Amino acid sequence: MSVLAFAFVIPLLGAVGIALTGKWPNLRESVTLATAVLLFGTVLQLLEPVLAGARPELVLFEILPGLAIAFKVEPLGMLFGLIASGLWIVNSVYSIGYMRGNDEKHQTRFYVCFALSLASALAIAFAGNLLTLFLFYEVLTLMTYPLVTHAGTDKARAGGRTYLAILMGTSILFLLPAVIYVWHVAGTTDFTAGGILPAGTDSGAVSVLLALFMFGIGKAALMPFHRWLPAAMVAPTPVSALLHAVAVVKAGVFSVVKVVVYVFGLDQLAGATDWLVALAGFTIVAASIVALHADNLKRRLAYSTVSQLSYVILAAAILAPLSVIGAALHIAAHALGKITLFFAAGSIYTAAHKTEVSQLDGIGRRMPWTMAAFGIGALSMIGLPPAAGFISKWYLVSGAMSQGAWLALFVVLLSTLLNAAYFLPIVYRAFFRPLSAEAEHHPHGEAPLPIVIALTFTAFGTLALFFFPDVPLALAQQLVKS
Amino acid sequence: MSSLSAHLPALQVVLPLLSAPFAVLLRHGGFAFGIVTAGAWAAFACAIGLWLQTGEAGIISYHIGSWPPPWGIEYRVDRLASFVLLLVSGTAAIVLPYSRASIEHEIPRELHYLYYAMFGLCLAGLLGITITGDAFNVFVFLEISSLSTYVLIALGRDRRALAASYRYLIMGTIGATFFVIGIGFLYLMTGTLNIVDLGERLRTVEDSRPVLAALAFITVGVSLKLALFPLHQWLPNAYTYAPSAVTAFLAATATKVSVYVLIRFWFSVFGETLIFEKLPLPQILLLLSLAAMFAASFIAIFQDNLKRLFAYSSVGQIGYITLGMSFDSVNGLGAAILHLFNHGITKAAIFLLIGGVVLGLAKNSAVPNSRGVPAGAVPPAPTFDRLAGLAKRMPLTCFGIVLAGLSLIGVPGTAGFVSKWYLILAAMEAGQFWIVAAILLSSLLAIAYVWRFVEVAYFKPAPEGTTKQEAPLGLLIPAWLLVIGTIWFGLDTSFTVGTATEAALQLVKAGR
Repeated sequence: MSVLAFAFVIPLLGAVGIALTGKWPNLRESVTLATAVLLFGTVLQLLEPVLAGARPELVLFEILPGLAIAFKVEPLGMLFGLIASGLWIVNSVYSIGYMRGNDEKHQTRFYVCFALSLASALAIAFAGNLLTLFLFYEVLTLMTYPLVTHAGTDKARAGGRTYLAILMGTSILFLLPAVIYVWHVAGTTDFTAGGILPAGTDSGAVSVLLALFMFGIGKAALMPFHRWLPAAMVAPTPVSALLHAVAVVKAGVFSVVKVVVYVFGLDQLAGATDWLVALAGFTIVAASIVALHADNLKRRLAYSTVSQLSYVILAAAILAPLSVIGAALHIAAHALGKITLFFAAGSIYTAAHKTEVSQLDGIGRRMPWTMAAFGIGALSMIGLPPAAGFISKWYLVSGAMSQGAWLALFVVLLSTLLNAAYFLPIVYRAFFRPLSAEAEHHPHGEAPLPIVIALTFTAFGTLALFFFPDVPLALAQQLVKS
Repeated sequence: MSSLSAHLPALQVVLPLLSAPFAVLLRHGGFAFGIVTAGAWAAFACAIGLWLQTGEAGIISYHIGSWPPPWGIEYRVDRLASFVLLLVSGTAAIVLPYSRASIEHEIPRELHYLYYAMFGLCLAGLLGITITGDAFNVFVFLEISSLSTYVLIALGRDRRALAASYRYLIMGTIGATFFVIGIGFLYLMTGTLNIVDLGERLRTVEDSRPVLAALAFITVGVSLKLALFPLHQWLPNAYTYAPSAVTAFLAATATKVSVYVLIRFWFSVFGETLIFEKLPLPQILLLLSLAAMFAASFIAIFQDNLKRLFAYSSVGQIGYITLGMSFDSVNGLGAAILHLFNHGITKAAIFLLIGGVVLGLAKNSAVPNSRGVPAGAVPPAPTFDRLAGLAKRMPLTCFGIVLAGLSLIGVPGTAGFVSKWYLILAAMEAGQFWIVAAILLSSLLAIAYVWRFVEVAYFKPAPEGTTKQEAPLGLLIPAWLLVIGTIWFGLDTSFTVGTATEAALQLVKAGR
């Protein structure tokens, strides 16, 4: 069996193992951790050949005549796969602290669904054609649904309804016909460098197809189909952290970049993406403004995610090679930064049971590690050195300049200010405001150790990616070169 | 052995047909069960044999009593017929073992042998309709299957089953009458009843009014039987009040065989010129299909009884099948044939699982005595207020319904997705992008009604003191076989897509 196959087999077996060991929590969590480590090791083995130019393939079987479930690792998928599987290890450590610290129920189901979601995310990352991508895109929606509705309350059910209705609705309504149309006109759905649409495809059809893809990939949260993401915040924080800052949303923007590069090709799209630049720009600014007014911390983070996801879409829509590198890098940079922020939000909830920004006065003195990590994550969101967000923004801006995309530049500038405006006050509040009278009476310290370890680690990762961006950069450059 | 395989077409119908009178003569539920089940399994084996034979030899023509057609009755098996035979006999082979445990609570024990006898007759009738190459013979088998169906529905314990059965009897009889009037016209114009012969002789009289009248009568008559919107009025009550096993069997086979009859008469008898050029039939069918897809699916969302919900869903899904027929293309017809099969097994799985739910409700409400359920006791209907927290009580049953429900929505990896793929492809080939939009929009309605069940079963708190009380294995295994089938045929489509495409090609070639 090829290494690639193990990337799917390991999380699947892990899920079975977790289900079987459900009665012994310590053993169950060991299985989760072991699976995550093994999986990351497996994905890491693919890195060297991919960097050397190889494209490992795995064809399973034909679903329809000529249309197989097939996987092929290319640079972008490699990058996404590394991030998702790598952060799963950290997130598992964090989950153990969070789920036990908060006495959550149904923990076995939680860990099983998590493993299956990761398997689906990797299948999306390594998908070799549109049909495979679509299949696992839907599977990921279904696998994460029980996680979103984990609490089982009316609120969770309502959140889950929005989540499912928007994600599944857009994918069936827009993405499915787009996939079938590509098959109809191109006779293939294999991802191919330079695109697969036949030369001379009507430009009107290309525009419609692009719109179908962009709105059909609801996981990228382009407005007006972004509401599922704040709705999904009803989930336990580890879910918001890994899935709704990394695996699910990145599967969305990853698919967007993948479709732009490998289905259309940058050249085919020339001139057809003006509206997309404008809409992504609108999403960036509008979501930032909503975030500015959100008092609930997770809600603020969710709208920040909506805004940051559209950075990737914007970068791809500019169609400059440099900006596409920026798009790929931003997938990595935002993942590390945002998972840190969510870890911090969950840490605050676990230790202090606080969910609103306005309750955070002076909390930095009680939870210095958490709030320091939060500060680093915030720096990365704003795009300031020495955090990873700076690098991706650098490439995005360079690409925009090379194309003379002034609207995009303006949007980036404005949103940087907005980002600062809704993140920095939190850091200021935490460290420089005095504790509120009510908080004085409820003493608490840092969150449980696994949580602190996890968020410190990802905060360091955010800084490390700034100083050592070599591997992601090499992958991103291969993406444009090929 | 070789002589046996040459007589498979006759055995296909005769074996289940014979099992019925034996069941009556034995007058014992257990023996009747044994012989009818054996008959159904034998029929399934015959169907597999015929499928293999048509794969090699193309069309099989079998002359009953060695009377050559068009004078004698011909049994004729092409790719389409063998596909439908497989669906019908396969469903029967799975539903019959399920019946044993299921009807215990739904039908008084002294009537069990009649249930099996009627089931055998219904099966024989449906298989006969599919296999015969004689137009009048179709009518005869149609009546055999219909009459036994009326009895099967009326066996439901709820008194409303009688009304439902009666209503179906009236509408079904009108349909059959229309059908036979159409056959009469055809006989008048051509002097033959053999389907192949009819197809050839009609070419010379294509333009005549009686032929067009025959087409209209047959189309309307069969549309009643296949529950084409708005002629579906009999279906929701019949499905809701019939015993669970009967509902599952009918949902997978009865309407599907009627669709088969319509395809057969349209493409093998009247031919494409008559259908697609002389009368606006495809346009009418298209509009009614769209109406079914939207109206019936929409009504389904608001049903409180789970069986009725999925009955309306069936009316909607039949719309997809007839929509495929209206395209006049190989992919369109192929999609129709494909969905006929895929929806058949999906819906059978769902109704079998609901049977388990009904049984669970009945067990909770009454303790059966030695003679089965106490007389006069009506098992509680599976309404949503009784299903709160059902997933706690019956996790496997609920999970199965969800998986099959995903197939109704058309989620990739399920059988429903494959048919939807071809249906959309056919619409795109025809350049009808608004139909693509309609297909997709109506799929959203399916999400709504499937998720209504999910939210009640998984999120509504279960009543106090609920313990795990899964349906017995005798119900779960057959149902889950079909659930696995809906997933299997969503991933490995070489059998379904291959056969449906070959069938469509055969029909279109013959019709031109």
